[in-house]
Amino acid sequence: MPMSLSPNLPPDKQREMLRQMLTIRRFEERASADYLAGKIYGVVHSYIGEEAVAVGVCSTLDRGGRIISTHRGHGHCIAKGADLNRMMAELYGRQTGYCKGKGGSMHIADFGIGMLGANGIVAGGISIITGAGLAAQMEGKGGVAVSFFGDGASNAGPFHECLNIAAAWKLPMLYVCENNGWAAQTSAAATHAMGDVAGRAAGYGIPGVVVDGNDVFAVHQAANAAVERARAGDGPTLIECKTYRWRAHTERKGQVDPRDRAEVEAWMRQDPIALLERRLRDQGQLDDAGLRAMEGEVMGAIEAAVAFAEASPHPLPEQATDDVFAA
Amino acid sequence: MRELTYNEAALEAIAEEMRRDPRVFYMSTDALPPLMNEFGPSRIKVTPIAEAAMTGMGIGAAGSGFRPIVDWRQVTFCFVAMDQIVNQAAKIHYMFGGQVTFPMLFRASVGGGSQVAAQHSQSPYSMFMNVAGLKMFLPSTPYDMKGLIKTAIRDNNPVISFESGRLMGRKGPVPEGEYTIPFGKADVKREGSDVTVVALAWLVHEALAAAEALAKEGISVEVVDPRTLVPLDTETIRASVRKTGRLVIADEAGPTAGFSAEVAAVVTEDAATFASLKAPVKRVCALQVPIPYSPVLENAVFPDRNRIIAGIREVLQGRRSAAAA
Repeated sequence: MPMSLSPNLPPDKQREMLRQMLTIRRFEERASADYLAGKIYGVVHSYIGEEAVAVGVCSTLDRGGRIISTHRGHGHCIAKGADLNRMMAELYGRQTGYCKGKGGSMHIADFGIGMLGANGIVAGGISIITGAGLAAQMEGKGGVAVSFFGDGASNAGPFHECLNIAAAWKLPMLYVCENNGWAAQTSAAATHAMGDVAGRAAGYGIPGVVVDGNDVFAVHQAANAAVERARAGDGPTLIECKTYRWRAHTERKGQVDPRDRAEVEAWMRQDPIALLERRLRDQGQLDDAGLRAMEGEVMGAIEAAVAFAEASPHPLPEQATDDVFAA
Repeated sequence: MRELTYNEAALEAIAEEMRRDPRVFYMSTDALPPLMNEFGPSRIKVTPIAEAAMTGMGIGAAGSGFRPIVDWRQVTFCFVAMDQIVNQAAKIHYMFGGQVTFPMLFRASVGGGSQVAAQHSQSPYSMFMNVAGLKMFLPSTPYDMKGLIKTAIRDNNPVISFESGRLMGRKGPVPEGEYTIPFGKADVKREGSDVTVVALAWLVHEALAAAEALAKEGISVEVVDPRTLVPLDTETIRASVRKTGRLVIADEAGPTAGFSAEVAAVVTEDAATFASLKAPVKRVCALQVPIPYSPVLENAVFPDRNRIIAGIREVLQGRRSAAAA
């Protein structure tokens, strides 16, 4: 795939994209470490390697834009502007977490910023966010909705039902497939008859585009075009971002990873963060000192989030019965 | 008082609530003419036959400030949307720490009696009762239907309106004015002193017929209609059983882990109510089989007034008859 053209983005915005991608990377590194240390419970799915997708897409949305995520959701939360303290507190199972300790890694949501939640069911979020797209259409204020999902979800029924209905109703939707080549332990090659998920768009009469999911500007440009199309009332776009997860499906100790080590290493050489750093340096927008400052700022925010989580109270047992029903 | 059918009462409730609140909109695989005529396609959304999509879309619209009504038509069709119902709608408020509400009404007809065989004759409400986070009701009269639907549309949670297919055309009094019926409040449809019959939907009417027949023999039957399944009005049921000392539960669904089992447990786990029982609890339910097509077989499966009468006689065995008293 060709490199994206130099984007018409102000330098500050480009540096902000790098800062967000670094924040995701460092957050995930810390989440993995704290999970293995027993401080985070249940299960954690790492987004490392896919940072350019969440940041590239969310950089085209204003605060009113709505997104939905997957079981691998931390990156989307951060890219949409979620509060690191409340995210980390949720992973730590604390009262101050986004879900008051009832959701954990797979269910972080912040409706106030249009983040309609991570979701533990593959393809589970696609219909929900399509309803948010319908809401945006009914509101008539130019809002758009973005469904993030993986290559695995593209083989499940709701993907097909929702692309059809969104196309038929011209809903202001972006369907963003993060094709990392693997649905849990199963390769996409073994489960897809067609190489590109984007090719399926033809079946719904909508555009389907393939982009280098490790090139944040390429993702940004594709998403930007799709947002403009959605706002113009022309309906949804399917964007397939070819990317890779560096780590196994989950962070569980002893997790089997059937992938060829050479395949993993080849993708790690296409690090989306290193790529963006290089381009910012080439354009003279970033130097060693600037990068060190950014790293320091990001690490400070992660450390503060961990400190906030550790200082936060655990839920009370009697809170288990709160919020089953809304008032 | 004027009379409406069960179905007309539901549509009147929906139309009134749609006039009252512009956030309410309707999704269904078929346009309902009276609603489409009044509100048009901007608020009456005719969907593809894709229940998983339309149910999930209801959740997303609800979380975005709307109050969707998702009409599955028959309960049968919602089974292709079980992820959206069970994994998503029921849990999303709790799982996200209560940060937003998801006001949704799902509509589904239930029951049998129209010779459409197993896939189109189902009463699976107890499956949903078992899922925390869903409210649900099953009315027996047009009056109850209207008041419960209005309450459901104003509720801030996912609510399922189970609607008896057998009762759709049945008429009953519905006042002209505005009213709602609170959830969790059973209705004593007939007062009595010898035995309590807790019945749902069509079987409320069968139980009332049974009570009328037995009254001629001096047997006094109380008929309790819970109306809402979640929340269930355990207090009214227990109070009735404490008064009569005998309980028959009539349900068009099968007995296994069903609504009838829940009512039996509610009655027997309460010490004072248990102590008042003069006979074992009797369940009069459908046979635990898929519903067959042939009327001969279908009638063999479903309970009716005669079986309710037999059930009442069974719990009254050993009682001195009214004539001998």
